[in-house]
Order: sequence, then structure tokens, then C-alpha cells
Amino acid sequence: MRALTLSKSVILIDYGASNLLSVRRAFQHIGVDVRVAVHGAELAGAGHVVLPGVGAFGKAMGALEKSGLHDAIHAHVASGRPFLGICLGMQMMMDQSEEFGIHRGMGLIAGNVVAIPAHGMDGAAHKIPRIGWAYLRRGEAARQGDYASNIENVPMYFVHSFMAVPSDPSDRLANVDYGGLSICAAIQRDNMLGFQGHPEKSGEAGLDLLRQFVG
Amino acid sequence: MKSIRLIARLDVKGPNLIKGVRLEGLRKMGDPQAFARDYYRQGIDEILYMDVVASLYGRNNLTDIVERTAENVFIPITVGGGVRSVDDARMLLRAGADKVAINTAATQRADLLSEIADHFGSQCVVLSVEAKRISDGRWEAFTDNGREKTGLDVLEWIAKAERLGAGEILLTSIDNEGTALGFDFDLIGAVSRAVKIPVIASGGMGSTDHLCTALNMGADAVAMANVLHYRKLSVGDMRLGVASAGVDMCVH
Repeated sequence: MRALTLSKSVILIDYGASNLLSVRRAFQHIGVDVRVAVHGAELAGAGHVVLPGVGAFGKAMGALEKSGLHDAIHAHVASGRPFLGICLGMQMMMDQSEEFGIHRGMGLIAGNVVAIPAHGMDGAAHKIPRIGWAYLRRGEAARQGDYASNIENVPMYFVHSFMAVPSDPSDRLANVDYGGLSICAAIQRDNMLGFQGHPEKSGEAGLDLLRQFVG
Repeated sequence: MKSIRLIARLDVKGPNLIKGVRLEGLRKMGDPQAFARDYYRQGIDEILYMDVVASLYGRNNLTDIVERTAENVFIPITVGGGVRSVDDARMLLRAGADKVAINTAATQRADLLSEIADHFGSQCVVLSVEAKRISDGRWEAFTDNGREKTGLDVLEWIAKAERLGAGEILLTSIDNEGTALGFDFDLIGAVSRAVKIPVIASGGMGSTDHLCTALNMGADAVAMANVLHYRKLSVGDMRLGVASAGVDMCVH
């Protein structure tokens, strides 16, 4: 017999990303049980799965493939259960990245990861890495779905030098403006969600986004 | 649209938040974690902890403070002071820091910047520079709260650090620190022109006007201590001030 109140839980994928603990603390703070998975087998039967990430794309993909996590994430996503990628975790959902050479991604979302252009549309030089806060602007994927009503104007902290460019604009849940350039800040497709910024480092508004993910 | 990050700088000695003038004459202010929590509630963008005696003793003693802070402060935390190795950086990152600031050890062995960047990414590596004006348009890098000369020219040093993998520069003016008379704006301008990575201006913040000038000189962020610790300005005051000057800031 099931307990009347089930505590919420997520499985956090550990492949050596340095923001793992921050993400873990953020979920724990909002009352979510966190289990850490280091091998693909540990994702079997998982409910909510989170792929954090800070660091280099190629190295991180290599780590996912070596530990069987790459295939396990595919199986998890195919099962229709919720998946969240954060920062590099979101970028790895794409087909490929050009960070320090061309590296294949997980191919869950069509599109590539490219360098943030050195200059904005306004001609002004961009600082790279891009570090700072920005308001999310509703993208096409927010027309319907869970985040439709509350993604606009959410403040989020970003730190990145590369950006995901989904081939299908309808995968864009939110964008941010960077000197006239619209950077994809969040993606959503079916049961998959991704944030380019760091909800675990975006104050109370960021914690709200994590709350919404676990439902 | 121009924007600027507001960073609360907490200089720590032992268990206490301290504040000095020109990095000297330290005064005890209280529990650093309580101050950090207050600034988080006010909506500060980031927290910067500096162990001001770490280099003296060869180790950073902030692990506990960082760990407790990260339990309920969900914004980026940078920690500096006494970081001498990849293992030192790892320990602080595991405690809850998002970035480490490095000064003394990098001036002695610059490759440390590359080593930490290779392990954890450039976004983790903040080069901390204590700059003292030696003549018009020239500054020398110092260590140990402005006590030790390095012989390094600031503009050459930051360019080298950028090449080695520093992701950000924390630029403290020894001459202006603790004076509340404004930043060394020439220094901010010269450094911002010399590198492509973000520059954090520190030392001398006293009013909202100083924020706007720092931004116009090329700063991407401002680290401040006195104005916050002595409650001369709230984070809200500063946001209102820069917004009225046409600067776009995210309120959170």
C-alpha cells in the first residue's frame, strides 16, 4: 500500500560536474529527496532525472558514455518521464557542440551548440564568458505547456561561452537578449526541459523553477 | 543593454567579518554568514568571501563558513585567500563555492591558473589583483592586502592571466579601498580595454554614481563592502539609482 504523502525525489547524475553539490543543495532546500547516480543502471525506473553541468562539452560527453549514462538517459527520455538538463547539461541535449573541436551531443534536441559571437548585433564587443543575470523572455515552446504562464520575466543567473541553437524554434522555451542577440535560455520538448542558466544559483525565483519541475 | 552585477565583498579574518581602510586597520564587524544572508535577502547578485590572512598562514579557513552559507544562499559564491593548488580549489568548490579567486599563488606560479581552469573550467577561475598606482597609467600588482610587491605590471599580468585561462578579474585598487571616495576609474578603464573577460571593480565604492561611472569605464561587476556593511546603501537603493541612469538590471 502506498503512503498517503510521497516525498518528492530526483536522481542527480554525477559525472564530475562541479555544480553537482549546488544543484543538490537547492533541491534539498525545497524539500526534495536527492539520489546521486554514477552509472547508467541507477537510472532504471527513475522518476525525475537531472543532468547538471559546468565544464567542457567533449570531456563531459566522454564521461557520460563511459559510465553507461548516455544510453540510460536516452532510455529514460524515451520512457516519457521528466528530464532536466542544466547549463552544460542542457547543451549536451543537442546534436553537437563546437567547443574545443566538434563533439557529438546526446541528440535529444535537434540543433547545435556554438560560440557566443564576439560582437553583438549592435556592434558592441561581448564579454566572454558571459556572466550575469537576465530576465527570461517567453519563447515559442511556452505557448502552451507547464511553463506557459510563468516563464516570462523570471530572473536567472548565467555563466557560459557557448550557446545552444535549436533547429526547431518551437523547442525554445525562453530566450534572453545579449546585445541584440537572442540567446536560447531554456528548451522544452515533450518531457524534456533544459536551462542554459543556473536555477540553483538564481535566488528564490530559480528555486521556484526547480519546484515546478518536480511538480 | 548595459548591465552590471552587484557583488557583496566580505573580508573575513578567523570567524569574523572585518573591514579596513586601504586593506589595513581591520575592524571586526560580526558573523560573516549573517551578513551574506542579509545581502541575499536584499537581492545582491553574488557573494565574495576573502580570507584576508590566508596567505599568511598558507591556507584558506573559509570552508565551514562557505558550507553553511551555501545551505540557504542560492546565488554564486566566490572564495579567495590562500588558494595554492587544484586541491585547495576543489575543497572550496565542494564546500559550495562557484569560483575561486587567486592572487599570491598565481603571482608565484602563473600556471596554477591553467591547472584550475583545466580541472573545473575557466568560469571557476577569478584572478584577484591588488593594484597600486605607481605613475599615471601604470599600476603594480601587490599581494597580502597590499603589503607585498610582486614587480608585476598590472596590465601585462592580467593579459597573461587571461591567456592562461582566468575567466574573470577581481580588480582591487589598494589606493582607493575603504575610502568610499570612488573606484580608481582609470584603472578600470585600462584593465577593461586590455582583456575580453569580465572585470569586477573593487575598492572605493561609496555611492550609486560610482557604480554608473565604473560601468561606463568598462566594469562588468562591482564588489562593495563598506556601503553595505555600514548600511549606507541598500541593494534596492543601488538598483533604483542605476535604473534611473538608464542601466538595465535584473531584480531578484
